[in-house]
Amino acid sequence: MTSKTAPLHAKVLKPESHLIEKEPYYESVGDEIALFDAAYASQIPVLLKGPTGCGKTRFMEYMAWRLKRPLITVSCHDDLTASDLVGRYLITNNETVWVDGPLARAVRCGGICYLDEVVEARKDTTVVIHPLADDRRILPMEKRGELLQAPKEFILTMSYNPGYQSVLKELKQSTRQRFIAIEFSYPAADLEKKIIATETGVDPEIIDKLIKLAHMTRNLKGNGLDEGASTRLLVHAARLMARGIAPHTACNGAIAEALSDDPEMLRAINELASSLF
Amino acid sequence: MAAEPLSAHALEERLDELLDPVLSSRRTATGLAGTIAALARELQDFILHWAAVIARSNPEMAYQFAAAAPQALARLDLAAAEAWIIEAMDTYDRDGLYRGSAVFKNVAEFSGFLHANAAAVSFEDIARVLQLFICGLAGRRLRLDTATNSYTDTETLFLQSRMALFPTQEENFLVYKAMATLLWAQGRFGTFNADLDAVCKNYADPGRALELLGTLETIRLEACIARTLPGLAREMRKLSDGQPADSRCIPLTTPSATVSDSIALLGQVYADMAPAHYSYMPALRPEQAATVRKARIAKEKDEFQSALAQLIEEKDGSGTAQPQPGERFSIQASGIGAGCELTLDGEPVAPPENVSQLMDSILQDLGEIPDDYLTAAGDGGYRQNQRSSQDPADVWKGIYHEEGAFFYNEWDCKRHHYRKNWCVLRELDVHPGNAAFIDATLARYAPQVMQLKRTFELLRGEDKLLKKQPYGDDIDLDAVIAAYANMKSGMELSDRLLVKRHKTERDLAVMFMVDMSGSTKGWINDAEREALIMLCEALEVLGDRYAIYGFSGITRKRCEIFHVKRFDEPYNDMVKSRIAGIQPQDYTRMGAAIRHLTTLLNQVEARTKLLIALSDGKPDDYSDNYRGEYGIEDTRQALLETHRAGIKPFCITIDREARDYLPYMYGPVNWTLVDDVTQLPLKVADIYRKLAT
Repeated sequence: MTSKTAPLHAKVLKPESHLIEKEPYYESVGDEIALFDAAYASQIPVLLKGPTGCGKTRFMEYMAWRLKRPLITVSCHDDLTASDLVGRYLITNNETVWVDGPLARAVRCGGICYLDEVVEARKDTTVVIHPLADDRRILPMEKRGELLQAPKEFILTMSYNPGYQSVLKELKQSTRQRFIAIEFSYPAADLEKKIIATETGVDPEIIDKLIKLAHMTRNLKGNGLDEGASTRLLVHAARLMARGIAPHTACNGAIAEALSDDPEMLRAINELASSLF
Repeated sequence: MAAEPLSAHALEERLDELLDPVLSSRRTATGLAGTIAALARELQDFILHWAAVIARSNPEMAYQFAAAAPQALARLDLAAAEAWIIEAMDTYDRDGLYRGSAVFKNVAEFSGFLHANAAAVSFEDIARVLQLFICGLAGRRLRLDTATNSYTDTETLFLQSRMALFPTQEENFLVYKAMATLLWAQGRFGTFNADLDAVCKNYADPGRALELLGTLETIRLEACIARTLPGLAREMRKLSDGQPADSRCIPLTTPSATVSDSIALLGQVYADMAPAHYSYMPALRPEQAATVRKARIAKEKDEFQSALAQLIEEKDGSGTAQPQPGERFSIQASGIGAGCELTLDGEPVAPPENVSQLMDSILQDLGEIPDDYLTAAGDGGYRQNQRSSQDPADVWKGIYHEEGAFFYNEWDCKRHHYRKNWCVLRELDVHPGNAAFIDATLARYAPQVMQLKRTFELLRGEDKLLKKQPYGDDIDLDAVIAAYANMKSGMELSDRLLVKRHKTERDLAVMFMVDMSGSTKGWINDAEREALIMLCEALEVLGDRYAIYGFSGITRKRCEIFHVKRFDEPYNDMVKSRIAGIQPQDYTRMGAAIRHLTTLLNQVEARTKLLIALSDGKPDDYSDNYRGEYGIEDTRQALLETHRAGIKPFCITIDREARDYLPYMYGPVNWTLVDDVTQLPLKVADIYRKLAT
């Protein structure tokens, strides 16, 4: 260890001028890269479907690196308004100043705008992306009385988890039919093994067991679990184990507790884990 | 000061009264009274109390109890004795008089359990964990149930109801876990894929042969478990105290060993090997397994072929599906659990999830998917439909079955315990009635409906403009001007300068539970239907999610819920005519209905959930003494469960005597009385408005 302490402040990045320089690790599961390339070239927005933790966000980072465009991510929530996306006037020094929202900034810099978990946003908010998502490719900025024409480098993408079975969290047809959809699911066992090995470098035998455990929890989907363990959780568990945490503790912390709060479910998952390790 | 013990004579009188139906000139209570007379008063009271409770269910059980009680109370303390009684009554509820009275007779067996009481694990406590555990291990969906011995019929895993073999709870749970895993493995690794019954019949002592075969299979399956679940195998070894297996059995531990190797080995070791008895070793019941397996194989072949036909239809486009001669499908199985590759006309097809599960299950039974499975089922009437043969309405035609029914526990206030899976409940559709009723109602109450709609419109969530917000969409000019003035006069500048649009969304789900008992016949029923129509009109304006179900039934075996409107169903003509079709049925067994509707409400996501009952009287049913205290206590218990699930129950009643029992069931404020039935249609919507805002 060096005596130098780590800097006490985080790096500040401007998303619209920040380019991902190092290639993010991404394992292709099908023809999604070719599909995205083609959609980008044809200026058609893309919808990524799939359960949490199966690599949607990583795929976006990878594509941003590949296409050498800035990636602007908006995490959607149920209080997200249209102004949060487009922009608003603020007051400074006795005057009003217009401040672009992330969507407007992405359009201006010709970047990739990624609306994460878009169903979480209110339905009236998602409508503002409509003119941007069809062949008009414009972002109306009502308050300024302007239309922002998207350059050809700009692409709109969003992610969506169809696993939520709530009627409230449905995507409107008029929204979803503007997009090309790419379906993501958990990678096949061999590929998942390779991904965990590359991400964490733990023993292949442990990875096999982790993958078995993941399949067991995926069997429990619909029987008390909303989702099975994702690849991300496996990576977390493997990282803990790589740092010397005992397998039971790692699986409990990274997988069981992350999946459920139900004591009986936790116990069942832990029993499954202890059967394997 | 302890009370004086009762005399034999006094006891005999009481027992004569309680046990009257099962006593005769040859079987009197004199002997019982004599033994009980020797006990302390406290114990006598205990016996008399429980004898009375049990006699309500079955007098013969009460007799058996009274006969066994003195001996039992010598060994058990009162709490343990109560557990013993409940165990016997549960067995009686489930398996009938013979098994139930056996529990009373075998006090020794029960008190044996209780010696290690503190460390004992009961099936009930761990059933869900085990169920999830087994579900995680995958394969076909397996149910868990209790039985005196552990075995499986390949679809249900039977386990003992209590486990107290080891001094700690952890170990006792582990025995359960090991047992369940071994039973799962019997199905998974094909123990029943050979005719074990026929094999054992070739030996002089088929019982011994079966036991030995069980031992050999356990050795083979333990090796399978050691390969797939090494952690569990390690723990199991601790329980089996490491008895070394017979060296002849070693070939069974290789990955390629199958049940036929065990059968072959049986011939060699039959003469001299002793069957092992591990704590967690399950029994083999080949005859049960064979029956279930045979039925399943036939059913799954049928389902599989129908599924293939569907795949062809999807590929060729609908309408033109003609099963063509020759094989269009081929299959590449890569082993159980690893999935199969299905190809149609040489192209791989991705089978839907349920078909993959089906293929997996077929592989478990047969080890392969035979070629004759790969011919898709033809069109026409041949395709068997399993469902249609199990129509819920059949119950009324005398064909009793429990398929497709829901089971609910019922609270027995006398026993202070639930009767498990006591009520059999079915969901039926209301037969649509004459829609003219709706029009007539709407015409009659037209002004009131208008009024209601207007009132409810006001309640609807509207956008509100919140001023002086730190965050928001737009600038609040008033606030800016005020702040500017403040700043000029040297005061601090506020940061609350924006306006924000706030949409108040109603997030409410409400379930209406309508009494359809026989007592509502006539104008109560009319009033109920009118009330529902008014309510629906009002709720449509408000936009709240709501569902309507009716309930009735006769006896615990025929509880019925009538579906009028589900949550996700729009208020359309069909729903309207179902409302018109609500007719008085039989009785009011409320507990089961509340439990079922609570389950349905639980599946809906909403911040506030309401369960509103429209009722005309006390809970009541034809038999089982449901009328009176028992029914009220069960309903109260069901409502407590509802409360615990985060649902707010409320009752609208027209029974003028409701004051006597409703506050006890629903709590002091969660009910209201509409004493004039004709007012019901007008009042209900009003009551709802007060409740839901």
